[in-house]
Amino acid sequence: MAAEREELQSHERRRGAVWLYLLPIAIFAVVALALAWGLSRDASVLPSALLDKPAPEFELPPIPGRDDHGFSRRDLGGRPMLVNVWASWCVPCRAEHPLVTRLAKEEGVTVHGINYKDAPEDARAWLDRLGDPYTYIGSDRDGRVAIEWGVYGVPETFVVDARGVIVFKQVGQLTPRVIEEKILPLLRELERR
Amino acid sequence: MRTLLVLLLLFLLSAGPAIAGVKPEEMLDDPVLEARARALGQQLRCLVCQNQSIDDSDAPLAADLRRIVREQLVAGKSEEEIKAYLVARYGDFILLEPPVKPATWGLWVGPFLLLGLGGVLAFIYLRRSRRGATTEDSELSEEERSRLAALLGEDPDGAHVPTSSSSP
Repeated sequence: MAAEREELQSHERRRGAVWLYLLPIAIFAVVALALAWGLSRDASVLPSALLDKPAPEFELPPIPGRDDHGFSRRDLGGRPMLVNVWASWCVPCRAEHPLVTRLAKEEGVTVHGINYKDAPEDARAWLDRLGDPYTYIGSDRDGRVAIEWGVYGVPETFVVDARGVIVFKQVGQLTPRVIEEKILPLLRELERR
Repeated sequence: MRTLLVLLLLFLLSAGPAIAGVKPEEMLDDPVLEARARALGQQLRCLVCQNQSIDDSDAPLAADLRRIVREQLVAGKSEEEIKAYLVARYGDFILLEPPVKPATWGLWVGPFLLLGLGGVLAFIYLRRSRRGATTEDSELSEEERSRLAALLGEDPDGAHVPTSSSSP
């Protein structure tokens, strides 16, 4: 009787022990997955707080010395558009410039520019030398409007839909991949709506 | 010479904090408002450097944000209103201390949950091992006692019987 009970008890204990052996492995798996996720994402790219929110109110003058329209909130909406924040002193902006040009000239996308903290003569020289793909450009010399847009570096590119709502944000340089896989499909979908 | 070196060192060390962050020309004339601006600036993350507050950072964006904080304070906005303004544009990430809300409950409660879980496990382990040491193992059955006595070469009744192996 006693021996039987003892055997039963030790059997139960052993079953408990197996569970205990598996526990560290399970904990390890959970921690490893969490770390893998944490390490594989780029911490410098922040999710935009403005996604799915209406574009902010703003009014920007043209780049001084250019006979231009400027760029304001009223210019957004009606159809999907791109808003590209750039500066002549920003190297990735220069690198993405051909892609912005291609979007505007070949894909027929309306692209507006916010010229961020730039000297007017530098901005004008940049556009003269590389070409001007923008429909409207606003000059944001003190960076205040960029803060309204939640910009924390240049370049940044927003997709604004026909209602004037921000639906996508690219932090940093545009790449052919981002354009092919994200921006163009999104624009096509927005056009269909 | 040595005094001079010590003085120079002290001078350089004390100059450290003043080099980065808030510039004299940014400061408000009103010391109360400036103190509030500093207290707020310490709680706001510089989005460029990410692990510095806007008060500690030399990034141009941090300077812009410091200017906005001061302008809004002068305009009579409260700390909460200014934070809400910045969170609407940059998200919770701009707050160095994450707000308590469903998405961050794990962050705030998690460590205490883990501590509690560890405590419970430690309690169970300690109690089990103590019970094992004091009760289960100390109570020998009649059979065991006589076997032990035989092994030790003792009389089960307690009388000492010297054997050849145990005697020196």
